[in-house]
Amino acid sequence: MTVPLQSALDPGGPKAAAILHLGWFLLITAIVAYVLVTVALLYALRRATHRPAAFDDSDFDEPNRERGRVRWVAAAVAATGLLLLLFIFVDVTTARSLGSPAVGEPLRIDVVGHQWWWEVKYPDSANPQNIVETANEIHVPVGRTVSIKMTSSDVIHSFWAPNLDGKKDLIPGHETRTWFRADSAGVYRGQCAEFCGHEHAKMAFFIVAEPPTQFEHWLESQRSGAATPTDSLAQQGERVFLSGSCAMCHAISGTSAGSNFGPDLTHLASRRTIAAGTLPNDASNLAGWIIDPQIIKPGVKMPPHHLDPGSLQALLAYLATLK
Amino acid sequence: MKTSAFARIGQAGIASLLVLTAFAGCKREQRRFRETAPSGIPVDAVVMSPLQPGPSVIDVRISNPYDDNAYAVSEGKQLFDQMNCSGCHSHGGGGIGPPLTDDEWIYGSEPQNIFATIVEGRPNGMPAFKGRIPPYQVWKLVAYVRALGGLQGKAIRTTRDDHMMYKESEQARDKGHPSPTFTPPASVKQ
Repeated sequence: MTVPLQSALDPGGPKAAAILHLGWFLLITAIVAYVLVTVALLYALRRATHRPAAFDDSDFDEPNRERGRVRWVAAAVAATGLLLLLFIFVDVTTARSLGSPAVGEPLRIDVVGHQWWWEVKYPDSANPQNIVETANEIHVPVGRTVSIKMTSSDVIHSFWAPNLDGKKDLIPGHETRTWFRADSAGVYRGQCAEFCGHEHAKMAFFIVAEPPTQFEHWLESQRSGAATPTDSLAQQGERVFLSGSCAMCHAISGTSAGSNFGPDLTHLASRRTIAAGTLPNDASNLAGWIIDPQIIKPGVKMPPHHLDPGSLQALLAYLATLK
Repeated sequence: MKTSAFARIGQAGIASLLVLTAFAGCKREQRRFRETAPSGIPVDAVVMSPLQPGPSVIDVRISNPYDDNAYAVSEGKQLFDQMNCSGCHSHGGGGIGPPLTDDEWIYGSEPQNIFATIVEGRPNGMPAFKGRIPPYQVWKLVAYVRALGGLQGKAIRTTRDDHMMYKESEQARDKGHPSPTFTPPASVKQ
């Protein structure tokens, strides 16, 4: 799996681009001011060493020179003040443009932060039953504004996908909103940006921007319940899932597992990673994760599982069918 | 200037008291990420009846590994809601299931009795959670259930909730005095 770049210097949408432009403007202006001040300082030092050590009373030009110096300093202070006012103006203008979502009907997505994973829901206002639940992977159509409503189930988290958007906190018992738009297709990495406990560093997510038709296809496939396993090994795996401790925390729609404490696993096999972007989603990683998650992500809420090899293989076969 | 013997003893006393407090604090807040090796988790730590075929096993009274651990009690409080204990016991107040905040313990108030109740279930409604909740989480639940009934030290019990509270916190409750009831055997296989 190629890890996508997570960088604010490589914007994939208008919001990140506006933030980057502001950053470049501030940086370049500051560099120019720094260079000018340094040159002026060096010039003054050089002149001072070429002048007589002390002035005598016969130096009639000194008051005029003093007045000239005061004028220079006053001009520099005025320029600095104007520059700072310009900074405020540009900063506020950029913030205003970020605060107002762009035109057009936005795609609504709900995100709930958990220790240490992201719950993602695509509500359907026309038919509430059509809600799509997934985790740690947000699919969005290219070119359409996405409006995200966020909250947290435990502590404060922060939603940060630097290629598309600035940071926004997820606060327990309170709703916050943000929006972004991806203008080019690609996979963008995001990360929790507010320290939230042991595994804060392993709380990543991916935003997958794809062409609108491909996105609609994805959404349609996610709406369907889990496929009923056909081969006997996967059927045994389903029994392992439902009769063991998996079903105490995870939901798979279309089965009797309906707990929402851990990530929804209805379409687990369609996701790129497991454990909130910690490992690529393949059978060997999944096996290690199920047997002993604490060695991969110490402190994670998922307990280790005591499964015999046969049951584990069956469970893996079943999880692989959850496309 | 000569320091008096009393002053020196006093200083040594305060220093050792500080060290002891620090150690006590460590135990109270101790967090372990790897509870047991996955293959070493005893699935049947507690059995309902001491009768069994084959050679008899030695009975050992097991104690809760999370006694005196405030972190485990607060974890147990989260599990109490997440595993839907509140569905019947209603935050300890009782409803479909018996209340857990009073002094009446039908199947015993000792940690191993509560462990057996959760793992094996009890007649008339208490489901058996064997194989559904790993033993170390059951022990955390046991630690919290005992805190609910005022059977843990005040310093160990959980304090205020993050949301609006329906009654006083576990810490604010009086010490529990469990009434002597029938105590079923709690045995461990060694």
